[in-house]
Amino acid sequence: MHEMSLVESLVELVEDERRKQDFSRVRMIRLRVGALGHAEPEALRFCFDAITNGTIADGARLEIETVPGEGWCHRCRRTVPLVERYAACPVCGIAQVRMTAGDELRLAEMEVE
Amino acid sequence: MCAVCGCGAAVIAENLHVERPAAGVGVRKQDHNHSHSYARDHHHRGHADGVIDFGNGLAGVHVPGMSQERTISIERDILSKNDAFAHANRTRLQNSGVFALNLVSSPGSGKTSLLVRAIADLKDRWPISVIEGDQQTSRDADRIRATGVQAVQINTGKGCHLDAHMVGHALDHLSLGSGGLLFVENVGNLVCPAAFDLGEAHKVVVLSVTEGEDKPLKYPDMFAAADLMLLNKADLLPHLDFDVSVCLAAAARVNPRIHFLTVSARTGEGLGAFYSWIEDRAAVMASPVSWPE
Repeated sequence: MHEMSLVESLVELVEDERRKQDFSRVRMIRLRVGALGHAEPEALRFCFDAITNGTIADGARLEIETVPGEGWCHRCRRTVPLVERYAACPVCGIAQVRMTAGDELRLAEMEVE
Repeated sequence: MCAVCGCGAAVIAENLHVERPAAGVGVRKQDHNHSHSYARDHHHRGHADGVIDFGNGLAGVHVPGMSQERTISIERDILSKNDAFAHANRTRLQNSGVFALNLVSSPGSGKTSLLVRAIADLKDRWPISVIEGDQQTSRDADRIRATGVQAVQINTGKGCHLDAHMVGHALDHLSLGSGGLLFVENVGNLVCPAAFDLGEAHKVVVLSVTEGEDKPLKYPDMFAAADLMLLNKADLLPHLDFDVSVCLAAAARVNPRIHFLTVSARTGEGLGAFYSWIEDRAAVMASPVSWPE
């Protein structure tokens, strides 16, 4: 379950931010997670409390914003929704679509004090 | 009227108190020499001990309508630390002229056997180094060392994948001369290693014909991340119902750019094409303009 190390990396980023922007407590952490990406939101939640225990992020609320998959269809020349990687275009049903969104795994923002 | 809080019902009592002026509040002694009869539920912090401090928050400031909490925008990739280590590894390998492949697969696809065979075939042409990743034991590194090349074993413990930081430490233990090949054999796992760039030139996914031909569809992340798929154990095909064309179509659907070769580590079938692929890609790598990011 690589979500364990992803949450460890997240805590490192929060520590980085504390050094840059003075705060003593994190109340909320918002992640942007792509629907077609490498991380499973439920697994992230499962690890979050255990990994953040005793760290700067201890007690923070985890909010996960899911970014839906999107891609650019060369044939239709438009952005179309994607439900799986490299799926056919849902409009023309033919072309291979280049994924443009849905692969994100980002620390978006935090509420701190 | 009380000059501190604007209350108009202050009762002058004999137990006078004097407020110490706080920064920014501007209360002078003579302005506030009365007592409040309702001091117990008064809303100013610190009033009871004679200190009025409107900036007694964590940041030492008070702005009407705002608390000390704040929202800060970060927008950083969670894998950015790993990617920074991967970038350092890639630069280091490039400077040494070493061409690195990251071999990924499920457990039991034959990665180590494939490596042992490839090393035997290639070690006279290139200096070869190997980094082995497993949860426990140094069995794989022992097998590799028996071929006469240098190998470092990384035990990940409970970890399910190698990350770029681990690989950076492993590189410290290898003498990387000028040129040569580095094979990184990742932990047998068709899910987690997909997300972690190690600094390799290419990910190579190994799938054996004793596995399902629909694996690329079931585990698309790994096949999407790989540049080459080796379909191993081809010598067993006459005994199985495995349909190679169905498997290749599944891989191509997930990753239209993926190359694939059918090989057998046991008989050596198809390995010549694999070695040619390595040679071509290593030549591409030697050109800085084409270095993969």
